[in-house]
Amino acid sequence: MSLLTPDSGLLFWMILSFGIVLVVLSKYGFPVIIKAVEQRKAYIEGALDSARKANEQLANLKAEGETIIAQAKEQQNAILKEAMMTKEQIIAEARQKAADETRKQLEEATRRIREEKEKAIREVRAEITDLSVAIAEKVMKESLNNDDKQKQVIDKLLDEVSFSKS
Amino acid sequence: MNKMNRFRNKYGAWLLAMLMGFFSFNGAKAASSEEVDVQNIVFSHIQDSYTWHITEWGETEIAIPLPVIVWSEDKGLDIFLSSQLHEGQTYHGYQIAEECDYAGKIVTQNAKGEWVRPVDLSLTKDVCALLLATALLLGIILKTASWYKKHPGKAPGGFVGMIEATVMYIEEEVIAKSIGEDYRKFSSYLQAVFFFILINNLLGVIPIFPGGANVTGNIAVTFVLAVCTFIATNLFGTKAYWRDIFWPRVPIFLKLPIPIMPFVEFFGVFTKPFALMIRLFANIMAGHTIILALTCLIFITASMGVIVNSGMTIVSVLFCIFMNCLELFVACLQAYIFTLLSANYIGLAKVKD
Repeated sequence: MSLLTPDSGLLFWMILSFGIVLVVLSKYGFPVIIKAVEQRKAYIEGALDSARKANEQLANLKAEGETIIAQAKEQQNAILKEAMMTKEQIIAEARQKAADETRKQLEEATRRIREEKEKAIREVRAEITDLSVAIAEKVMKESLNNDDKQKQVIDKLLDEVSFSKS
Repeated sequence: MNKMNRFRNKYGAWLLAMLMGFFSFNGAKAASSEEVDVQNIVFSHIQDSYTWHITEWGETEIAIPLPVIVWSEDKGLDIFLSSQLHEGQTYHGYQIAEECDYAGKIVTQNAKGEWVRPVDLSLTKDVCALLLATALLLGIILKTASWYKKHPGKAPGGFVGMIEATVMYIEEEVIAKSIGEDYRKFSSYLQAVFFFILINNLLGVIPIFPGGANVTGNIAVTFVLAVCTFIATNLFGTKAYWRDIFWPRVPIFLKLPIPIMPFVEFFGVFTKPFALMIRLFANIMAGHTIILALTCLIFITASMGVIVNSGMTIVSVLFCIFMNCLELFVACLQAYIFTLLSANYIGLAKVKD
């Protein structure tokens, strides 16, 4: 029967020692361990989270970089194309200009030549007229008076001559 | 490989020492041709005692005398070693009762000549084992806790890691799951209960000197633990918990003329911790009893001839090994069960509508 009756002395020491265990460990023991483990858990979770975020950012950056490069390439191509076109345009313009200039000069030259020719013809005609008048005067000094009516006749005659010649 | 060898050597030495111990013991007993009083051996181990008996070497008893602290109205406080009371000796009027209601306890005669128990706060074998376990437990847990201060943000390995894993398992799988939301208030108590029972159980399984005391197989120890759980359960019970006890949701005829269900429920408040107390006490006590009885088998069969004796010795050692393994398991299991059920009772007392 004494097995089932709690002994008062042991009861006292049990209350004392379990009380000490309870008080000391609930203050300096288990909460410290649990807190440390939970902090570590939170730290690990945070670290994993930030690593995941960093990875995502890295992937984003990569994608961004690639798009930037693609854009740059496109731009480069466009610029090159434009430059090529501009070059061709400039060359074409230059060619056009040169052709125009040449044509103009040619025209100018032709025009001058014609003018010169006409002038020369006019001078020659005047000379010839004068000469003819002089010759006619000399030939027909006697018979013909050096007046305007006769000059007109001669001019008319000369015109006929020169037109038939040219 | 080297480690393995050393391990095996160690074990070999152990076995040899044990066998030698058995045979020398055996020889001594056989020579004196006494009848082996198994009941006495078993009961004297299971019950508390004023000396820590280690072994007998031939005729001399090797035991550690422990301090006796008694107080009585007539004589006041007395502190002396229990060796003063050895074999029926009397010291200052105190002696160990032989055969009465207080058998095995210190008694004294009062003024009227009646044998009475003084206030007895002796450091008995169980008390010493209890204090040792307390010191060990405080050392282990505080050392683990201080490890985190020395190594902030690091994960422990080895022994500290094992303690951490156990603490976190109890915290998350047992306490948090059984109690629910505000389990933190009770977590320290339940952790303390678990580790306190565990270390006492494990020390009890160790057969040689500092261990081997039947601490958790003593009703006083389990009584205190059960009372603590009782207090924790009922002090923090919710309104719904008390309503379920005194006005449970059952058909009205079960509670109005004669309050059958309220009575059953109210009785349950006490039977739950009582079951806790008896379960732990009986399990550990039974384990100690079985191992002792199996060991005694060797000495009982000593008079039956060499062949029977050696045969029984082998059987007994094999059974003892098996039982010790089982006890090791039971030591952990009972600590776990006590904690789990305590947590469950506390959780049940925190019901909400």
